[in-house]
Amino acid sequence: MFGVLFEQAADGQRYIDWLLSGLGWTLALAFFGWWIAFAVGLVVGIGRTVQNGMIAALARLYVEIFRNIPVLVQMFLWYFVLPELLPNALGNAIKQMSPPWGSFFPALVCLGLYTAARIAEQVRAGIEALPKGQTEAAHALGLTGYMTYRYVIVPQALRLIVPSLTSEVMGIYKNTSVALTIGLMELTAQARQISEATFQTFTAFGAATLIYLGLALIAYQSMVLIDRAVRIPGTTPAKDAIEPRLADDVQPVGSLPEAMEVVK
Amino acid sequence: MNSLDFSIVLQAWPYLWSGLLFSLALTAAAFVIGMSLGTCFALVQHFELPVIGRVVRGYIALIRSIPLILVLFWFFFLVPIVLGHLGGSGRPIPIGATWTAFITFGLFEAAYYSEIIRVGLRAVNRGQFEACQALALSTFDTYRCVILPQVLRVASPIILSQTIILFQDTSLVYVLSLTDLLGAASKLAQLNGRLVEMYLVVAVVYLGISSAASQCVASLRKRYAIAGTHR
Repeated sequence: MFGVLFEQAADGQRYIDWLLSGLGWTLALAFFGWWIAFAVGLVVGIGRTVQNGMIAALARLYVEIFRNIPVLVQMFLWYFVLPELLPNALGNAIKQMSPPWGSFFPALVCLGLYTAARIAEQVRAGIEALPKGQTEAAHALGLTGYMTYRYVIVPQALRLIVPSLTSEVMGIYKNTSVALTIGLMELTAQARQISEATFQTFTAFGAATLIYLGLALIAYQSMVLIDRAVRIPGTTPAKDAIEPRLADDVQPVGSLPEAMEVVK
Repeated sequence: MNSLDFSIVLQAWPYLWSGLLFSLALTAAAFVIGMSLGTCFALVQHFELPVIGRVVRGYIALIRSIPLILVLFWFFFLVPIVLGHLGGSGRPIPIGATWTAFITFGLFEAAYYSEIIRVGLRAVNRGQFEACQALALSTFDTYRCVILPQVLRVASPIILSQTIILFQDTSLVYVLSLTDLLGAASKLAQLNGRLVEMYLVVAVVYLGISSAASQCVASLRKRYAIAGTHR
């Protein structure tokens, strides 16, 4: 059934090479996007919990904006709108980036900042789930606000939210497919191209689906491993916690409040 | 930087409005199909029916691990073929992008809603089932009158947040060249070249609707928590 993938395409490569190059872009986008999202999300998430009203409001504004605009619209804003709004020279420089990079960077920024808003909510939920005594004990020991977050709050919160970060990891690699709308030839785009070139739609989409399934499995398994390594003893294992967050509405023992949604 | 001219948006408004109506209709249809099908899926798994339970489980795992855009492409290609076989002619029946969108979103969302409801079902206290047995309610009545109402109530904030995500995701029908809100804006933008104004307005409309809806969900969550279960 997958024989056609090993035939030569019009450009001399085999179709499977198209798929693999698509996979490469998907992975690159998901991987680097994830680190942007994690860094920004951590900062914004912490920002939502600090005493300073100004910072908390800004962090909240960030989350509201990036969570409530569809990722596809955000993609268009970064790709079409931003270069027009920047000063002419800079805008033109962006527009003249050579083909894959001209779509890759907007897609990267878009996915990173979009996912960051979601991660920020998880980070906030993790921080709020910690008992108040942790902060108070840190203050009693004479730690400054910064040190409290750096050594006490954030390390524990991050360990708590590993299970819910799993769904964000699975979300970002699936959202990479949105980049095809601004012309990045990632996995889904390549699958469509192969199906148009060979008329073997079943094979082309089937292969892409299998690859996505494999990615999902790898992402899930590695998050379970990470969770096992860093879990705070006594909290729910990732396997049970990845599901939609009803647990805390229903069971008295749920560890994290709200903000947990299913991601696609 | 070129000057912005939002008067163009006023002229375009009727067209954008019809696009927005399509987005909302798609959201509503997907919600209805997704919730009814999703509830069935969840129940099938909850009862651990032999073969069909596994099939449903596999379907949900599959749908949840591939991107919506790929699912849209799959259905655009598969649905006509399946319909052709069902119709007996064996020839694909083209159904057009609009119907594809409705069917895809319904079936796709069913997987997500069913997960929410399944977890909700698991969280129902055993005593509720035992009480129903003690009252000699049939299985149907147990679920219809006792279990599902509680599950839906407890899960309603998550179901509604999922619906807001669904509303945002309907913008992806752009890849089928349909005229939803974003599709309308992008078609106009190609005609009049005012990309910046069009996309900014679309972003603001989505932002307004989604954040208003999120606020409603947040206040609902406070008001409708079942007494005693709220944290």
